[in-house]
Amino acid sequence: MDRIARALAPVAAAAALLAGCGGSSAPTPMGGSSSATSKGTVNVFAAASLQEAFATLGKQFEAAHPGTRIVFNFGPSSGLAQQITQGSPADVFASASTKNMDQVVTAGDSAQPTPFVKNVMEIAVPSANPAGVTSLNDLTRKNVKVALCQPQVPCGAAAAALFQNAGLAVQPVTQEVDVKSVLSKVTLGEVDAGVVYVTDVRAAGDKVKGIEIPTDVNASTTYPIATLTKAPNKATAQAFTDYVLSVDGGKVLTAAGFQKP
Amino acid sequence: MPWVLGVPATLAVLFLLAPLLGLLVRAPWRDLGNVLAESQVLQALRLSLVCASAATVISLVLGVPLAWVLARARFRGLRLLRALVTLPLVLPPVVGGVALLIAFGRRGIVGQHLDAWFGITLPFTTQGVIVAETFVAMPFLIVTVEGAFRAADRGYEEAAATLGASRMTVFRRVTLPLIRSSLMAGSVLCWARALGEFGATITFAGNFPGRTQTMPIAVYLALEQDPEAAIALSLVLLAVSVAVLVGLRDRWLRAGSAP
Amino acid sequence: MTGTRNASSTALSVIGSLDRGTFHLEVDVRVEPGEVLGVLGPNGAGKTSLLRAIAGLTALTTGSIRLGDLVLDDADTFLPPERRPVGLVFQDYRLFPHLTVLDNVAFAARSHGLRRHPSRTQARTWLDRLDLSALAGRRPDQLSGGQAQRVALARALAADPGLLLLDEPLSALDARTRLDVRTELRHHLGQFAGPVLIVTHDPLEAMVLADRLLVLEEGHPVQHGSPAEVARRPATQYVAKLVGLNLYTGTLEPGRSGVTLDAGGTFTVPAQPAQTGRVLVAVRPSTVAVHTERPEHASPRNVWPGTVSSLELLADRVRAQIDGRPAALVDLTPAAVADLELRPGSEVWLSVKATEVDVYPDAP
Repeated sequence: MDRIARALAPVAAAAALLAGCGGSSAPTPMGGSSSATSKGTVNVFAAASLQEAFATLGKQFEAAHPGTRIVFNFGPSSGLAQQITQGSPADVFASASTKNMDQVVTAGDSAQPTPFVKNVMEIAVPSANPAGVTSLNDLTRKNVKVALCQPQVPCGAAAAALFQNAGLAVQPVTQEVDVKSVLSKVTLGEVDAGVVYVTDVRAAGDKVKGIEIPTDVNASTTYPIATLTKAPNKATAQAFTDYVLSVDGGKVLTAAGFQKP
Repeated sequence: MPWVLGVPATLAVLFLLAPLLGLLVRAPWRDLGNVLAESQVLQALRLSLVCASAATVISLVLGVPLAWVLARARFRGLRLLRALVTLPLVLPPVVGGVALLIAFGRRGIVGQHLDAWFGITLPFTTQGVIVAETFVAMPFLIVTVEGAFRAADRGYEEAAATLGASRMTVFRRVTLPLIRSSLMAGSVLCWARALGEFGATITFAGNFPGRTQTMPIAVYLALEQDPEAAIALSLVLLAVSVAVLVGLRDRWLRAGSAP
Repeated sequence: MTGTRNASSTALSVIGSLDRGTFHLEVDVRVEPGEVLGVLGPNGAGKTSLLRAIAGLTALTTGSIRLGDLVLDDADTFLPPERRPVGLVFQDYRLFPHLTVLDNVAFAARSHGLRRHPSRTQARTWLDRLDLSALAGRRPDQLSGGQAQRVALARALAADPGLLLLDEPLSALDARTRLDVRTELRHHLGQFAGPVLIVTHDPLEAMVLADRLLVLEEGHPVQHGSPAEVARRPATQYVAKLVGLNLYTGTLEPGRSGVTLDAGGTFTVPAQPAQTGRVLVAVRPSTVAVHTERPEHASPRNVWPGTVSSLELLADRVRAQIDGRPAALVDLTPAAVADLELRPGSEVWLSVKATEVDVYPDAP
């Protein structure tokens, strides 16, 4: 018995670590009563930058529609689009770019995407700002480590566009998979600056400091949302999409730093 | 063969081979040349091979002595030490990457001193990739070699000592040659694990073509853009792995057959 | 490595004890240069422990081991095996499986820092000397038992030890090979200048190879002497059995010519021996006569009845185990067995001449 316990000790330790980084969706009791139209689980695939705002929207929606459960899959828009076209059971897709939404439309998984917010870029630096970054030009300095999104995802494309607008050549040390990875590298102090969405800087609170990018060079990305044609729970999915597009939903998104499209 | 064993065994074979067959069937054979000729691919492949080999060498240099200590030394806390150093075997690699950032990152417990004293920063560098791969792969070598040290006939070491060999000479000229088949097996396991490393690498070393973008990362990123390219890249990794296994198998078996 | 040759003309002395769990070994032995001491004893008697202690693979609990002036082990010193000028031939030879015969024999020189080429040259001369040159390129798993034994000896001798230890050198060989190798080994041991200690549980091996014998039982020396002495007057049942003698313990009362045996019965002994008290009585099986009727004779004889319990055919004779007071082993010709119609269960009379009975004190 003792031997087995010893043999399993590392497994248990690993399991404890795993549990710490486990699922993030709020557990919701599956209530018996529900409204006539909205019930069951809705799988929402949403761009990583929507994480905080959508989490709030999900909770509000669930509160307003007892018996429903919103399950989120946050990630890079390109990856989510890929999962959807490969047949992943999704009800709603909220993309950080029209390009990735178009892939889904082309594949026949979505009919009428609606633009619902716009997001602009900002420079995020660690709160201590060790490299003393104050402007876009500072990102070209040799000793300033910059993290960007990889060019294939919307935040990377936007960063590339705004550097082109400003006529700057920035050499990043890493091209992260999605915007949240860029932000975490900034938060940990592994890089001196990262180019992320305004909304990410706001969501990170005082762990990072935001440095605004002049409007004339800044790039923006438009977020479309759509209920998917093969949605397993189409009615409730549409209800959630409508909620995102509603005035109440707009307030949450604006509070998170998103702009009207 | 009793069917109670035969049926699940057959299922296991199908389960393990189906994905590999899938890769072969769906591979864009006609475009394969074009995909692979892209400089990014060759860069990633070269980086993967270099880093996995470097990680294996480091694992041998550090891991073999540690395996010896774990197998032969007697001190309090040895069991705990063994459990701890083999933890990366069961740790999710991403967690390993986070832990590496906390230890060896620019603001990490060790990393900040590396930066301050030597100007070394590991994240986002090729060295960082090697560190991440070593962290994940070395335990495979340690576990294999430790078992071999434990099982090795101590009688030969005694004989060597009575012939005047110092403990270091005994280790070098008797113990190591006696466990060479396990050493080989452990190195292959370690190398293969390092070659396939993804989670710890992308977390700790990030992603930049030519510097930190290894084949598995390239495959993952390609899958989001261009699934055909991902299949092609996967085929390359598969081919490399098979080539190494086949190439070593002969030497391995020969070494293993020695008494 | 040159210093060891000087040690080859010095004696080995071991005095002390070794404890290992419940096992306790007590030993006090001295082996002169050029002398071969055979250490004889049953399994678990401590023979191998003694060898390992001398080689430095185990430490003595108390006492000391010296080779001339060189202290190998005492209260203050413990020389590790690699620093002892001691050659050890293991029972299972332990030839390195990954090295050729040549490199096995060159191993000691290489360990002492000699480069590959000169160490191989040196090894070749040893292979020549032991007539092994033809096997130089072979791996240990390609050798016969006898060849492996010789290579192990060559490997130990090539280290130029001041002292040679052999652990059951012939036990891994089949009977036929054993005979050849034994003769050869005797020859090589004769040429070795230093003390030699050879552990065995085979009395014949000990008799042939050793100049002197030490018998160990349960960690204690029970007899010490020349092979002839040990064979003639065994000190314990174990030795008596090995050398094929009937051995009885008994008491010799002052003023009487009979020994009262512990196993029952009385033996008349030749003349009144000088000593009295506890004695051992040795009787050779071939001197015991078997009769179907009680024999009547004038000469002083010991006569007693018994029952045949078993008969065993040895090469040219039959060994009969007779139950009685005392029990005895008797050697007979097959013809005698047939004449007497002996079979297990037969009632017989045994007789031994008083002059054939050897009485000697039972050493404590």
